[in-house]
Amino acid sequence: MSLPRLTVRNLSTSFPTEDGLVRSVADVSFTIAPGKTTALVGESGSGKSVTSLTLMRLLPKTAQAQVSGEAAFVTREGRTVDLLQLHEASMRRLRGNQVSMIFQEPMTSLNPVLTIGEQIAEGVRLHLGLGRAAALAHARRMLDLVEIPAAAQRVHEYPHQLSGGMRQRVMIALAMACEPTLLIADEPTTALDVTIQAQILALMRRLQAETGMSLLFITHNLGVVAHHADDVVVLYAGRVVESAPVRDLFAEPWHPYTQGLLACLPGQARRAGQPKPRRLFAIRGQVSSPLSPPPGCAFEPRCNHAEAACRGAMPALVPAPAPAGNERQARCVRAVAKLQQAALARGVAPRAKPAVWSAKVPR
Amino acid sequence: MNTAPPLIEVRHLKTYFGKPDRPVRAVDGVSFTIQAGETLGLVGESGSGKSTIGRSVLRLVERTAGQVLYRGQDLGALRAEPMRRLRSKLQIIFQDPYASLNPKMRISAVLAEALATHGLATGPGERDTRIAELLELVGLRPEHARRFPHEFSGGQRQRIGIARALAVEPEFIVADEPLSALDVSIQSQVINLLADLRERLGLTLLFISHDLDVVEYLCDRVVVLYLGKVMEVARTDELFEHALHPYTRALLAARPVPDPNVKTRHAALTGDIPSPMDPPSGCVFRTRCPYAIDACAQQVPSLDEVAPGRWLACIRRDAILMKAPA
Repeated sequence: MSLPRLTVRNLSTSFPTEDGLVRSVADVSFTIAPGKTTALVGESGSGKSVTSLTLMRLLPKTAQAQVSGEAAFVTREGRTVDLLQLHEASMRRLRGNQVSMIFQEPMTSLNPVLTIGEQIAEGVRLHLGLGRAAALAHARRMLDLVEIPAAAQRVHEYPHQLSGGMRQRVMIALAMACEPTLLIADEPTTALDVTIQAQILALMRRLQAETGMSLLFITHNLGVVAHHADDVVVLYAGRVVESAPVRDLFAEPWHPYTQGLLACLPGQARRAGQPKPRRLFAIRGQVSSPLSPPPGCAFEPRCNHAEAACRGAMPALVPAPAPAGNERQARCVRAVAKLQQAALARGVAPRAKPAVWSAKVPR
Repeated sequence: MNTAPPLIEVRHLKTYFGKPDRPVRAVDGVSFTIQAGETLGLVGESGSGKSTIGRSVLRLVERTAGQVLYRGQDLGALRAEPMRRLRSKLQIIFQDPYASLNPKMRISAVLAEALATHGLATGPGERDTRIAELLELVGLRPEHARRFPHEFSGGQRQRIGIARALAVEPEFIVADEPLSALDVSIQSQVINLLADLRERLGLTLLFISHDLDVVEYLCDRVVVLYLGKVMEVARTDELFEHALHPYTRALLAARPVPDPNVKTRHAALTGDIPSPMDPPSGCVFRTRCPYAIDACAQQVPSLDEVAPGRWLACIRRDAILMKAPA
């Protein structure tokens, strides 16, 4: 097991507001191995986008974000740098070069008054020091790489001349132009139709296999996570509630929130091969306001399994002792018992895969 | 099963936008029926015309050609006043709960306006009772009536949108992507609410969505659209078990199943949806269709009933049927 490309430890981002300090991201830790994909999963307000913007150091100054924690990134040269502590000038040399990002909205994240060739060439000229003509030629190769037809012609077109799927391909070309070793993709397919989403995901997977880059994939779509992530980190109200390798997570989600998220998908209701259930499983209520978080577990007000202990204090994120690189964690007082069981089972015999993978779902 | 006259019948509906010499053919000759009590799903990607159909059915946009019959009566032939009165029977729930509520109106005023427009619950006491009843019906509390839209979450706003549609006791509701702006955990709450209300109030729904999982769960029958035309119509269980049209199959194959052990079938479509200003000749899907042959460019495939209640617009049906279902 090589050194992770990125190791995030105890990342917290808070914003002062008129009504008090809002902790958007609290004590988030995860790693991404070289060439692997870690998915950050969560709903609106879970802190997944703030996490990515904090790592990229792209939060606006006016937000006066208070950031703490560490993000150790291993550069191409093999040095380890803390993305959160780097000087702005050094960060600028990394950003768009070794670390780059794809945003959700391909329309609003491309400059409407520059041709797509110029936009791709900009980063290439800055980071790779190519001249104008060479950079444009590079841009054309990038458009070929992301399978944009008639690249030689498209390179001179403006974003409004392209469809949504094509624009997202341009975003990918832009982000990949300097061969980053870490790509952060923030909901890259959410604005796209399903058939286009499938194309873009296949493209990203191909590029990852070819370049060996690491991917931080931010999404709310568990279907996409199941097929494109190696490790999954589930966020709720700014905190990690569960993290696990993808197969383990889907086979047996430990945290009641993860269980609920999987159970409430209408597609899950059908897959049992039974007649449709009368009602879908639903997580009741809604996320508490970040200004008045509950005293204990953030999910407790919506949890069907909540008990007195849940209301006392925020449960710790408990790791399950497991073979290296295959570690699971959950932030739930009830999951602790399960974690101990799992540890015991592993202590006795090597971990056997269950014969049938089935999500255990609370009803 | 289709012996009763349909509640809604759409015949050869066309809705074009823009200049008549080079129109955007948003809806191009669509026909379907909806039986009373039925939920019909309209699925398709952006630009397939599904929202325009929903709006054309309610005359929120004027159609270019074709008919929409409600209980046998042509809505297009109605003058403004009788149409306005009929609107209490025909309602809509919008996609974006943030944009579809007036930010300056309290929820009581939003619901009271709907009631007043159709002369329902006219006394002040009666009106407040009805508003409280409506809020409870959609899972909110009567005291929420005093609040403004910004005091609610997205899921709660969508409940208010539903309450507003239900205020005038409609028979038929167009639900235009009512879930797509909501988080997954909130989606399932609203799906359950819609299913409950449909049962309790005997509603007929035209459910517009791009999310096939939701359509499979909620709808009795499904119409699959592509570029303003109907590709396939089938009962939901038949469509999801054995889709016939290559486009339907591609749509089904493209949806990511939340299970890492289910292999995704890489029948991903190449290319983009063509512009509705300049649709391909013949079958509009042929430019992305793995089964397309020269003949597909020559003729527009007719929508034929290939089995009872099962409609398909594809000239390659024999070639497709020969192969094992995808």
